[in-house]
Amino acid sequence: MADKRKQVCLKGTGLTKVFGIGRQQTVAVDHVDFEFYEGEIISIVGESGSGKTTLAKMLLGLIGTTEGDIYFQGKKRDISSQKKKKEYWKNIQAIFQDPFSSYNIFNKIDSVLLDCIHMRGGKKLPYAKKLELMTEACGFVNLKFEELTNKYPFELSGGQMQRLMIARIFLLKPKILLADEPTSMIDACSRATILDMLMQLRDEIDMTLIFITHDIGLAYFVSDSVYIMERGIFVERGSADEVILHPKEAYTQRLINDVPKIYEEWDLSTV
Amino acid sequence: MSNVMLEVKDLTTKYITRFGEDIYAVDHVSLKVEDGKSLGIAGESGCGKSTLALSLMGYYFPPLHYTGGEITIDGRNITGMNPDDVRKSVLGTEIAYIPQSAMNALNPTRKIIHFIEDVFEAHNPLATKKEIYDIAKGFFETVGLPAEVLQKYPVELSGGMKQRTVIAISVILSPTVLIADEPSSALDVTSQKMVIKMLRSLMNNGYVKSMIFITHELPLLYNVTDDIMVMYAGQIVEKASAKEAVFDPLHPYSRGLMGSIIVPEEGLRDVRLTAIPGVPPNLKNPPAGCRFAERCLYVRPLCTTHPVRLREIAGGRTYRCILSEEELREAYKNG
Repeated sequence: MADKRKQVCLKGTGLTKVFGIGRQQTVAVDHVDFEFYEGEIISIVGESGSGKTTLAKMLLGLIGTTEGDIYFQGKKRDISSQKKKKEYWKNIQAIFQDPFSSYNIFNKIDSVLLDCIHMRGGKKLPYAKKLELMTEACGFVNLKFEELTNKYPFELSGGQMQRLMIARIFLLKPKILLADEPTSMIDACSRATILDMLMQLRDEIDMTLIFITHDIGLAYFVSDSVYIMERGIFVERGSADEVILHPKEAYTQRLINDVPKIYEEWDLSTV
Repeated sequence: MSNVMLEVKDLTTKYITRFGEDIYAVDHVSLKVEDGKSLGIAGESGCGKSTLALSLMGYYFPPLHYTGGEITIDGRNITGMNPDDVRKSVLGTEIAYIPQSAMNALNPTRKIIHFIEDVFEAHNPLATKKEIYDIAKGFFETVGLPAEVLQKYPVELSGGMKQRTVIAISVILSPTVLIADEPSSALDVTSQKMVIKMLRSLMNNGYVKSMIFITHELPLLYNVTDDIMVMYAGQIVEKASAKEAVFDPLHPYSRGLMGSIIVPEEGLRDVRLTAIPGVPPNLKNPPAGCRFAERCLYVRPLCTTHPVRLREIAGGRTYRCILSEEELREAYKNG
């Protein structure tokens, strides 16, 4: 992938998030630095409560930062107004863990997809063209638009909803896609389908993909570089082979040791 | 055959929906679990794994209804018993069931010891509080839980601890069969490992004579169980030893399922994931032939019209396909 690593896409310096004040203070993310390159696939791995999701929310601009800066394509990110925020979200999009809570239950599927087309400046397109775009997007994720039109999100299964989420991304073509536990609510078989689609999508529109996950198998399988997070800091980082197969930190070693394997003996005596 | 702890013959159960439709979620399932053995059940969401677990207890309440088949636990036939008798004399002592979100079942206003007192009240009303506490303390210590847990409220325990506590409570009467339905899927890897370690030690120490373990996480299933049964659309499609099922699956569906395994081990990065295209059939009106035919890569004309029986081959393996073992292997070799 070396040729694809043209330049830094997203960069953070001294990024910190503190919740609460005084004695109740919790440092969720503690001065993390990182540089994500264009077209790279990154995994941020950690246990529950390690600060992964807080970091993701900061990157998306959903919550403010306590300290530190985020640079997008070399320039400091500016999301001070709603308009600028929307502009930023054209470049960075997310897929969340729970597809059931990702949709507005009052809006039909059509409007979900139409919104994406409008966001890409397609508001003035004739309806026939929009329909074509929507059908193409649904086709990309193996859904049939004819079956979805005029339906509400709750009429779909979890797997279908998650795929529709990917269809949205297909229409939006963002520079960065942040996937926060995209497969933890669906079974192993659909997981393969979703991952396959995300990979295809990446090749299609050449975006940076950031996986936030506790599934080490998944992180190893998909990513170029892996960041291991513990208590708000990155304890280890490097290429997937380095970090997962030859971990240096005790925390990483323990984490990897705890995953059930099929070719090696699973050592139960360590807990 | 006294060492067969649980035997199920042609068990069929159905859901009756609001609209009066019958959905056969468990369709002619037969299985056998021997003393000291564990059986894993794998399959996609919605294939009937959890319904099978509920059906095995013989404790039916609407919308789930019993339609046919036989369940024998340690030589005792429990089919057709009325639900009250099942609750009194089967649940807890013969079959213990750990549902998917077991840890949410703890009433937050009561201490852990109260739940154990409740269990004894129902099954052994003569025991005094002191006796119960001593038994509980001894038992908790043998399964690796600190005795202080007994005096705590559920909110004071972490998720993994709660899950292990619920398991300990449900097996305190040494059930013949333990049914664990995704007991660790809401936990992180370290807590998951502790739960598995506990289940193993329960089996090894004889507190639980046999176990049925349900999960869609295949590497976990491989590490926990002796045999694996793969379900698809309410039917068993393959039953084999854990090793055979994972490394040498025969049925095209099991093969697809095993192709979706991801583990962080060397060399597995280059393996291509095999996603099975399509979706499972709607069980409201299941296909006449093989239920997997629509998604199968090796489908033959006969598949869609003729119902397929389970075939038994050497080594006690069974699978549901019209192709013979040789034909299947040949097909896989050619891609």
